[in-house]
Amino acid sequence: MKSLTTFLQAIGSATLNMLAATGRVTLFILDTLRQAFSGPFYLREFGNALMQIGWLSLPVVGLTAFFTGGALALQIYAGGARFSAEAVVPSIVAIGMARELGPVLGGLMVAARVASSIAAELGTMKVTEQIDALVTLSTDPMKYLTLPRVLAATLAVPLLVGVGDAIGIMGGYVVGVTRLDFNPAAYIKNTVDFLQLWDILSGMVKGAVFGFIVAIMGCYFGMNSGRGAQGVGRATKYAVVSASVLILAANYILTELFFSA
Amino acid sequence: MIQLDRLHKSFGSNKVLQGVSLKIAKGSSLVVIGGSGTGKSVILKCILGLMRVDQGQVFLEGKDMQTLDRDHFLSRFGMLFQGAALFDSLPVWQNIAFRLTQGALKKSKSDAREIAIEKLRRVGLQPDVADKYPSELSGGMQKRVGLARAIAADPEIIFFDEPTTGLDPIMAGVINDLIREIVTEMGVTAMTITHDMSSVRAIADQVAMLHLGKIQWTGPVKNLTESNDPFVDQFIHGRATGPIEAVR
Repeated sequence: MKSLTTFLQAIGSATLNMLAATGRVTLFILDTLRQAFSGPFYLREFGNALMQIGWLSLPVVGLTAFFTGGALALQIYAGGARFSAEAVVPSIVAIGMARELGPVLGGLMVAARVASSIAAELGTMKVTEQIDALVTLSTDPMKYLTLPRVLAATLAVPLLVGVGDAIGIMGGYVVGVTRLDFNPAAYIKNTVDFLQLWDILSGMVKGAVFGFIVAIMGCYFGMNSGRGAQGVGRATKYAVVSASVLILAANYILTELFFSA
Repeated sequence: MIQLDRLHKSFGSNKVLQGVSLKIAKGSSLVVIGGSGTGKSVILKCILGLMRVDQGQVFLEGKDMQTLDRDHFLSRFGMLFQGAALFDSLPVWQNIAFRLTQGALKKSKSDAREIAIEKLRRVGLQPDVADKYPSELSGGMQKRVGLARAIAADPEIIFFDEPTTGLDPIMAGVINDLIREIVTEMGVTAMTITHDMSSVRAIADQVAMLHLGKIQWTGPVKNLTESNDPFVDQFIHGRATGPIEAVR
């Protein structure tokens, strides 16, 4: 009986902790959004964030997309061969990249690169009292640190996804033409004919949501980092893990919304 | 004048401040001493609103801090943090002129830079430091830059949190002298948190000792050695035995 009570207590405690954390993150999001409706807006911080999150993530997102597109072409060719449907490789690579793999893998790579760096940077600022210093200098840390990063990620990740889609499709094209003996012109025609604008736009909308999640998680855990190196390390870990899980969950919800029959 | 009226602050079950009351006269320099972890820095953070007090009030010139416009209230303060707390991503001059590049005190970039260089000179640093980043500076230089930032907007009140921690005795002496000079020259009200007795003697007009969350003793610095308070005596002489438990 006692062990059952302990077990139920543990479940109850974990549930309460999870609800409390959800509440704190929700309040953090609302506070961030509230900052967007009043000045000042720190343009330089926004520009720096755009460069860090967008431009400097391009190599990692591009490489991920290229290799994924290539592998996808090989898999679809091998699978399609069972039904004599090898010709669908270009269209499936394009649709798969634009709708699903481009945004999800791009989002996860940005989560690994950006959520960790934001959480570590803000966490270090917190433990070295730089955030307190901002407050004493009459500067709201949410306005100066969080809002520019969240806005930059929400705008930059869709663009990264768009570029990643193109590079992924290019990866499929390279493999299709060099390894699978597709005719280059036919491959491109097949891609263009079957790819619709909504395939690309839906992926970019997903990218915007994933970018928002990445920056919010990085900022939330960074701003609430514990003391010392261990606190910053823990904040970084939680930021990446929670951003990744939320991206996958949000991807499912958005796919249901956009494409469910 | 700053007045603290029965401030209470707890972290979980740890009652750090248990009714701290203090008065700091305008233009005077108060130094708060006390052992590590006794909540000295918490007092500064509560005054500045960086931490919310559980109970008690802070008055600035007779007005409750809670009723004052926060930006205006903070614009009257400068603060030197324990680790200087310089912004890593900004060069030195932008750190110093941070308050002057935005808000009500906003100045043109060139004016802000000029003021930053003037403040650098005031704390004994060369103008070529202006374009360096904090990570390129030694601990002593970072403290000086932090001091320059604290005085950049000519505040009425300056807080110094452990200004000499981590510095060698000579550099600590330099920083103490600088603080004393600046406080006298600018006529500001100063509050310093330290457990470095050389800082106390160099900076203080008045001294308050914090022990177990309360002000144990307060008085002019000249009376410190004849306080007849066993807690103060043990602390200022650095004795391991006495009423203050050595292991906290």
